[in-house]
Amino acid sequence: MAKRKLRIMVAKPGLDGHDRGARVLARCFRDAGYETIYTGCHQTPEQIAAAAIQEDIDCVGLSCMSGAHKYLFPECVKQIRALGGDDIQIIGGGIIPKQDYQLLYDAGLKGIFTPGITLDDIVAWINENIVPNVKE
Amino acid sequence: MEITKKVRGGDVRAATRLIRNLEDRIPHAKDTIKHIFSHTGKAHVIGFTGSPGAGKSTMIDSVVAELRKRDKTVGVLLVDPTSPFTGGAILGDRIRMQRHALDPGVFVRSLATRGALGGLSKAVGDAIHVMDAMGKDYVIVETVGTGQQEVDIINHAHTVVVVLVPGMGDEIQAIKAGILEIADVFVINKADRDGAGKLYRELVYMLSMVDEFPGGWKPPIIRAENIFDADSFQRSLDELTNTIGQHYQNLIDKGLLGDRIRRKAVLELNEALLAAILDPVLTKLVESGEMKEMTEKLLKKETDPYTLAEMIASRYLVMPAE
Repeated sequence: MAKRKLRIMVAKPGLDGHDRGARVLARCFRDAGYETIYTGCHQTPEQIAAAAIQEDIDCVGLSCMSGAHKYLFPECVKQIRALGGDDIQIIGGGIIPKQDYQLLYDAGLKGIFTPGITLDDIVAWINENIVPNVKE
Repeated sequence: MEITKKVRGGDVRAATRLIRNLEDRIPHAKDTIKHIFSHTGKAHVIGFTGSPGAGKSTMIDSVVAELRKRDKTVGVLLVDPTSPFTGGAILGDRIRMQRHALDPGVFVRSLATRGALGGLSKAVGDAIHVMDAMGKDYVIVETVGTGQQEVDIINHAHTVVVVLVPGMGDEIQAIKAGILEIADVFVINKADRDGAGKLYRELVYMLSMVDEFPGGWKPPIIRAENIFDADSFQRSLDELTNTIGQHYQNLIDKGLLGDRIRRKAVLELNEALLAAILDPVLTKLVESGEMKEMTEKLLKKETDPYTLAEMIASRYLVMPAE
């Protein structure tokens, strides 16, 4: 029997169009052996949540460079939970000041990744903390 | 069974999880298919194929929009390639159709090929059944960006749309076997580009060499151009949607739909049989270490693959006497 594959989604909520980071991450997740869904820029939290549910995602990675993370990230968590995605882990990254971390953790984010961290570190973190949310 | 009821009731979470279990080849997923199989066969299955970047995802997005205007429900299966090196994949077709994300009448699911070579994933056949059983009026399947040989879609779709773009080669490309032979409808996308007229003429020429089309259906050639002029692009896509419907109607009128369905049935039986016979044998050989021993023998040229295969087959397969 094949091993369970991790399904991960890279999403950019809001009006921020700086998607190089998201694309690099998508590529990095591919190389880590995950099935990676990329939804593109300018997504509403509702769209991201619906896509995560339809695609049976284990972990949603949100990217935001515009400073709107304090609104957008918690809203994404809320919408994903509202659609019944209780077992979907949510992480975020981008330009996020240290003083905002606690607010985002409190909102339900499991990890926050900002400039300076290496791709290897992110993959290592995911391998340690995210498991496919399927029960046999 | 609970899951069967949920899938038939259109529950997206249950359906997407079932598709995942099918992809991961979890045995109980097969049992669920046994339960829903008798409830399938109602959806019109449409395949979109063509080279990478031809515009398959964008076309599907517009066709979905048109079908939704007509109040039809749609399931979409998007296949993208798995990396042969890492086993990972980037599934990016969904980007083109996120405007339907909030529409409960549209269910979009991406699948990676996981090493399958025909342009689809092994789980696609069953995933179509799942969406069909959910009650979707249409199931649209997008293949990976294809070359010439990835024609497995013909085994699954009732209507195959081949999306072409100008500038892909000379007229010899058009008479080769493979991808161009399986088209029920051709779309020349980006038809405002240089070479579109030439491509059109080559297709007309290729079709003119065919003596007889099954059911009298000569694949129409639709041109789509200038996506930035949204109205005119959507008009060509309306034409495409109508043509797809006419093709399906023609299959029904000429009694040919059964042939398409039969082709899939034969294939599915073949694959299920292969899995039912081969998987347990392979598992045993691997677990007992015999597989390793045999590989060593092959490497030392002490025997050959055919002798070994016959030896194993005679051990496990008892054929009843004639």
